[in-house]
Amino acid sequence: MTDIAIEHGIDRKIDTSQMKVTDEVAIQITDMNKWFGSFHVLRDINMTVNQGERIVVCGPSGSGKSTLIRCINRLEEHQSGQIIVDGTELTSDIKNIDKVRSEVGMVFQHFNLFPHLTILENCTLAPIWVRKTPKKEADEIAMHFLEKVKIPEQALKYPGQLSGGQQQRVAIARSLCMRPRIMLFDEPTSALDPEMIKEVLDTMIQLAEEGMTMICVTHEMGFAQAVANRVIFMDQGQIVEQNTPSEFFRNPQSDRTKLFLSQILGH
Amino acid sequence: MSNIESQTIAYVRDTMLPEQDPPLIESGAIKWLRENLFSGWFNTLLTLLSLVIIWWSVAAIGPWLWNMVWNAGSLRECREILAGAEGACFAVINDRWHQLLFGFYPPALYWRPVLALVLLFVALAPILFPDLPRKLLWFSAIYPFVAYHLLWGGSVWLPVGAALGFVAGAVAFVLVRRINGLAAIFAAVLAPVFWWLFLAAPFDSTMSSVLPWGLEFVRSDRFGGFLISLVIGITGISLSLPLGILLALGRQSDMVFLKSVCVIFIEFIRGVPLITLLFTASLLLNYFLPPGTSFDLILRVIIMVTLFAAAYMAEVIRGGLAALPRGQYEAADALGLDYWKAQRLIIMPQALKVSIPGIVNTFIGLFKDTTLVVFIGLLDPIGLSNAIRASTDWQGIYWELFIFIGVLFFVFCFGISRYSMYLERRLKTDHK
Repeated sequence: MTDIAIEHGIDRKIDTSQMKVTDEVAIQITDMNKWFGSFHVLRDINMTVNQGERIVVCGPSGSGKSTLIRCINRLEEHQSGQIIVDGTELTSDIKNIDKVRSEVGMVFQHFNLFPHLTILENCTLAPIWVRKTPKKEADEIAMHFLEKVKIPEQALKYPGQLSGGQQQRVAIARSLCMRPRIMLFDEPTSALDPEMIKEVLDTMIQLAEEGMTMICVTHEMGFAQAVANRVIFMDQGQIVEQNTPSEFFRNPQSDRTKLFLSQILGH
Repeated sequence: MSNIESQTIAYVRDTMLPEQDPPLIESGAIKWLRENLFSGWFNTLLTLLSLVIIWWSVAAIGPWLWNMVWNAGSLRECREILAGAEGACFAVINDRWHQLLFGFYPPALYWRPVLALVLLFVALAPILFPDLPRKLLWFSAIYPFVAYHLLWGGSVWLPVGAALGFVAGAVAFVLVRRINGLAAIFAAVLAPVFWWLFLAAPFDSTMSSVLPWGLEFVRSDRFGGFLISLVIGITGISLSLPLGILLALGRQSDMVFLKSVCVIFIEFIRGVPLITLLFTASLLLNYFLPPGTSFDLILRVIIMVTLFAAAYMAEVIRGGLAALPRGQYEAADALGLDYWKAQRLIIMPQALKVSIPGIVNTFIGLFKDTTLVVFIGLLDPIGLSNAIRASTDWQGIYWELFIFIGVLFFVFCFGISRYSMYLERRLKTDHK
């Protein structure tokens, strides 16, 4: 059917050899509901994510996709149902929350780097204070990941001196320094200028190639097409449709999905 | 007809323009004068008007300052020396400077407050300048006890005992933390309280009888002058900042009880004039305390001034907290930092940086407000200027004393203000 316009062309061959979905359950969400005041923002969410999956969550704005992934590390509290991350259930128990948060990395739309710390300090802060890694070792880990996102030379600068794309790559490196088993991406490229989107997507693809379990809220359909093993479409707080990317784009089932795809791809 | 190329829409530049020097205009002093003083008829008028006012003030104050007299025993002698001419009689400062600085502190012991002041700068240095070796902070930690002993004297075991209370708290915290985090906090609070209430006094008396070390005791009512302003001001400043931070955090807390306590405290203190609190400290507090307990007036004033400044500080810091984007909290949470670590490493460094002007404002205000203690009978510089004027020698002398006091306060407040500007520059990382 329609040719998918792969925006910001992903121009390299993607190595899928490490992208293996295992049987091990990473995240299990059962009958989860959430309200903001009286507004029912997430309705009856059921979802299982296995270790090694790369999931793209898309949908119109206000559909609850960001809220969904923010529930996974308890930046938002759900009111009913169950979320189990890596065998730990998220309840109001602070210990469980901290445990989950140290296992799950998160990348935000607005990077949220700490402006008063250098790039290196941004990356070593959590390993030193949460994981109790010795400073020297934490520095080494941080440099390793900064090299991975290709900005080791910026290590001693402050976030304010970097471009948006560089900041977002630092944010990814900062999360990786905690050696997370799962990475959440909350619209990681939405605040970026077009020419910077590619460098961030490249970093994310690289992560996927290494077998990281990822959940990405994004409008980058090219990325979804190339990397995801599953696309979830949400609308009005519900999961409307999910499928493999090829089926999802070529053969959308629900009317809402068709409408959404026509709007997002139809230019 | 005009140039065709400029009217077509398509346009391609084939040569890049070279950089050029700015146009030559007059430079130097004349340019500066023209731009800044005489840039129009209105500004010229203002400049001339200002010159008149400056001339007028200099003409009025100049001779008075020019004819100043530094050596005289009384105002009458001064007038004799001046022989009818107008002139400042700074001889009063020469005669009474020690009182303005130290009050009625025994002159033989002046070295003690002076040493305390010198050590204060040593103790402050590692806090103010991060490039200095961090080990110096240990001296900053024991400085309050050293300063107390130097200023008041008495048995050396009293401040040592008080300091040991904090050590007891730290030891209890470390020991109990292995079992339970919350219990460790309780232990850290209860252990020192227990020590101070039941063990510090016996410790003091036992040690004093075994090793009667110490300096000559100086009663609080001998304190006065700038010494008292500094003691109250500096203690107030260093205690009100941490207290203000805790109050600001308490006010933002989700815990309803804690939050209401903080809100009520802040609103109450801000709603009451400082002078009322000082009168409470000097007069009413004794009625509320169990009979027989009397504690030092200076200490009571320090507590009141600290609470007063802390309430303002809390609001200033709350402003700084409000300026932080929510993303900073979320990023700290997402990395697994707990509340206190997030506050200490992420939130406070940024919130305090934003609040520096407000914090310094409060500091300077607090320092100058210490002169209000004159109304409850403490002899701060203003109180002493009244006392000096009450003597027959110096009856009727005002300006010279106030100028001296003004200069003393100005030096300290200006110093604080300059440091804060340095700090703001140093913490600037946004490169806007």
